[in-house]
Amino acid sequence: MYIIDRRLNPGGKSLANRQRFLRRAKAQIQRAVRQTAGDRDITDLERGGEVTIPADGVREPSFRRSGEGGVNDHILPGNKRFIEGDTIDRPPGGGGGSSAGGDNGEGEDDFRFALTRDEFLDLFLDDLELPDLAKRRVATVETQGMRRAGYTVTGSPVNLALLRSMRNALSRRIAMRRPKPEDLLRLEQEIERLEQQEGPSDHLTALRQELEQLKLRTKRFPYIDPLDLRYRRFEPVSRPVAQAVMFCLMDVSGSMTEHMKDLAKRFYMLLYIFLTRRYKHVEIVFIRHTHEAKEVDEETFFNSPETGGTVVSSALREMQRIVEERYSPDSWNIYAAQASDGDNSPNDGSTSAALLRDVILPVCQYYAYLEVGSDSDRMQTGFINHKTSLWQTYETLQEQGANLAMRKVNHRREIYPVFRELFRRRDAEAGARVP
Amino acid sequence: MSLLERDNLLFQGADWDFSLIQRIHDAIETIGVGEMGLNVYPNQIEVITAEQMLDAYASIGMPLFYKHWSFGKRFALHEASYRQGFMGLAYEIVINSNPCISYIMEENSATMQTLVIAHAAFGHNHFFKNNYLFQEWTDADGILDYLEFAKGYITRCEERYGHAAVERVLDAAHALMSHGVHRYPRKKRPDLRSEERREKERHLHLEQTFNDLWRTVPTKGAAAKPQLSDERRRALLELPQENLLYFLEKSAPRLQPWQREILRIIRQIAQYFYPQRQTKVMNEGCATYCHYRIMTRLHETGQISDGAFLEFLQSHTNVTRQPEYDDPHYGGINPYALGFGMMQDIERICTKPTAEDREWFPEIAGSGDAMAVLRDVWANYRDESFISQYLSPHLMRQWRMFHLVDDPDQPELRIEAIHDERGYRRLRRSLSRHYDVGWSDPDIQVIDVDLAGDRRLILHHHVLNRTLLHKDDAQRVLQMVANLWGYAVVLKEVEPATGAIFQEHVAHPHETLF
Repeated sequence: MYIIDRRLNPGGKSLANRQRFLRRAKAQIQRAVRQTAGDRDITDLERGGEVTIPADGVREPSFRRSGEGGVNDHILPGNKRFIEGDTIDRPPGGGGGSSAGGDNGEGEDDFRFALTRDEFLDLFLDDLELPDLAKRRVATVETQGMRRAGYTVTGSPVNLALLRSMRNALSRRIAMRRPKPEDLLRLEQEIERLEQQEGPSDHLTALRQELEQLKLRTKRFPYIDPLDLRYRRFEPVSRPVAQAVMFCLMDVSGSMTEHMKDLAKRFYMLLYIFLTRRYKHVEIVFIRHTHEAKEVDEETFFNSPETGGTVVSSALREMQRIVEERYSPDSWNIYAAQASDGDNSPNDGSTSAALLRDVILPVCQYYAYLEVGSDSDRMQTGFINHKTSLWQTYETLQEQGANLAMRKVNHRREIYPVFRELFRRRDAEAGARVP
Repeated sequence: MSLLERDNLLFQGADWDFSLIQRIHDAIETIGVGEMGLNVYPNQIEVITAEQMLDAYASIGMPLFYKHWSFGKRFALHEASYRQGFMGLAYEIVINSNPCISYIMEENSATMQTLVIAHAAFGHNHFFKNNYLFQEWTDADGILDYLEFAKGYITRCEERYGHAAVERVLDAAHALMSHGVHRYPRKKRPDLRSEERREKERHLHLEQTFNDLWRTVPTKGAAAKPQLSDERRRALLELPQENLLYFLEKSAPRLQPWQREILRIIRQIAQYFYPQRQTKVMNEGCATYCHYRIMTRLHETGQISDGAFLEFLQSHTNVTRQPEYDDPHYGGINPYALGFGMMQDIERICTKPTAEDREWFPEIAGSGDAMAVLRDVWANYRDESFISQYLSPHLMRQWRMFHLVDDPDQPELRIEAIHDERGYRRLRRSLSRHYDVGWSDPDIQVIDVDLAGDRRLILHHHVLNRTLLHKDDAQRVLQMVANLWGYAVVLKEVEPATGAIFQEHVAHPHETLF
């Protein structure tokens, strides 16, 4: 008998099967993922998790009898009161007769299984793309890494390049005409044979001398010499790391309700997840503003209420200051998303527009403006064409050709579609949009 | 407990290590081979983790298998229900190979490992080695090598022809798997080890005899072909043929050689698993009976403690529980329970027969040597024949079996037979028929094809009890058959007695697929 411990074998033996399965059902899984994302809290998105797809797409059909029609019979255990010839009413709702149901599971309806976080996000963010990636190549923080770079004659034993060393030894042996072991052996045998056959002769002496010389030569040119040794050489390289900073700008004046903040938060979360997938290093800056703007931490950003008027340009100025101080546009990819209910003090419009056009937009990879409305807004059909003051300001900018994305969102289930729309791959469209 | 008895114990507590597994195996071997006369392949016991068990589930328990999305699906399904706690994992998986490989889980306690080794490494192992179906149809020596070959071959095909093309062939072959077995022995036995060699030889022969000149030789006019009679034509194609995969592999006009080879691989694997489908009750019954006997003997001889024996009994009774028909847990007849029950019953008939037993089983009643009878049963029967021969009135009464018939033409369900003098034989006959795969699988045959004409393939489904095929599935599978065949395929559902046709399915090949 043998006992084999397989526990340490690498797991994931069916990974290849899983990939085939995901590929096979990709369309359905993707639909399910999007649907799940709609229902789920955005903070949970990163966790991956269960999705349900219709079983139909991954069905494995076979020739089998249908459960309906025809005569079915069953042998059942546990008779308590029946005798031969008894009849029983058909149980309601099925021709199956009893619970025996030996038939194949007709009712395999939905197929439920778990996706890992990575699989989930891959499918979730599939076919989305960061716009304007020009600066991604520009990198600042450089990590040090090692890279193979040829061979060297010195080094530590672990880096010994065995193949190369042996090849050097071989070529040296050939070049130096180091006697081959089989030649030596042949000579020795010849001498031995001659010694047995006849007495001392000149020929024998000559042979002996030759052997002596060959042996000397063998000793002088060793099989392997320190000269032959080669080591794998590594050299340090610095690798650029693409990095991004994400500015979250939000109006926190009294007119912003919890619902609106929630919408904004969801959008920021999505953006953050998306950026972390594309960049190794992502920083977030939260700027909230009323009539004056302040950089705050996340907790304060979303939770503590403020009162005051609304001056959008204050936030833009704050952002400008922070960019100048900490995030040089040469080395950072800058993304900004602004959420607001659209209010702005009437005399601030032109200031904001100028700031945005002349200062902010030129340093940004992408600037998105998300106007959040209350849930009930959608109902008021009469106001559909109503434009807030900020919207009007930005719209004018956009018409002048500024690279600015604007969307309006009223309900949390619209967040994800809007997000997709903003970031969807726009190969065809790109030429048309950028003047 | 005296000092001597304590020394006799194989283990105390739940912990185990490899030397203990060895000692347990040896103790079981003494009882199994020495006292019960089991004849087993050498054992190879492999310890695996829960995750690896899930992996093994996905590939029908085989240690190596080709890649296909359906296995990924199965894995996802099992994993989901396992993680949610809906499903426990089996304690073991055993493979019909030589040496016989048993997987045991690392989580099992020492008692469970003992049980598992007795059950799988001796019970199942003996059955695999001795049952006539396994001897006839499976090649325990060659299966692992063949799977290795199959896996490699399919991987190479994927590299050469693309995942999508291979997947289409595999999908179609899987759909026809239940109709890809020979049910009756043919002239030559399958020898899996030589399959790989033969595939290479076929390929080599093609390469060696390839001559491009043949392409340029002008062909004769079609008129020169002799007209074959219908009879002769069908005989040449070995029609009618119930092994659809075999027929397609041999006769489909438009398949590439590698596509034929994949069909062949799936067919071989289907054939390998065919005996297992026919011997579920016997196989599990044999293993359960063996582990019960062995564990009892281990306890009697003081090699396992009372506590361990109780732990074993708890798990044993769980496995052999048979809920009654009106129990919410009822899910059909439990093969473990039925097999174990019948084998214990045989033991009772051999050792303590009643007058009724002497009348029903004159040849074994009171013979005294239950093991000899059981060994003979395990070697020479399958579920259907086993039940029709050895289901005793005693057991039918004990289980209180009854036969329920659901005829759609009648307004009510009818009790056809119960566990009484009038019903025993009818009950037994009906139950045994339920275990006949020839009866439970729809009977589908290739009836005719005119290779010289329009090449339309005609299949017949011989309808039993007026139960037609599942329409949607049938159409899907038929589409796959058409894709493999390359021309139109028609499936007629025929009443065998009258020749009346209930339904006709037609499928035309997707030209682009193959």
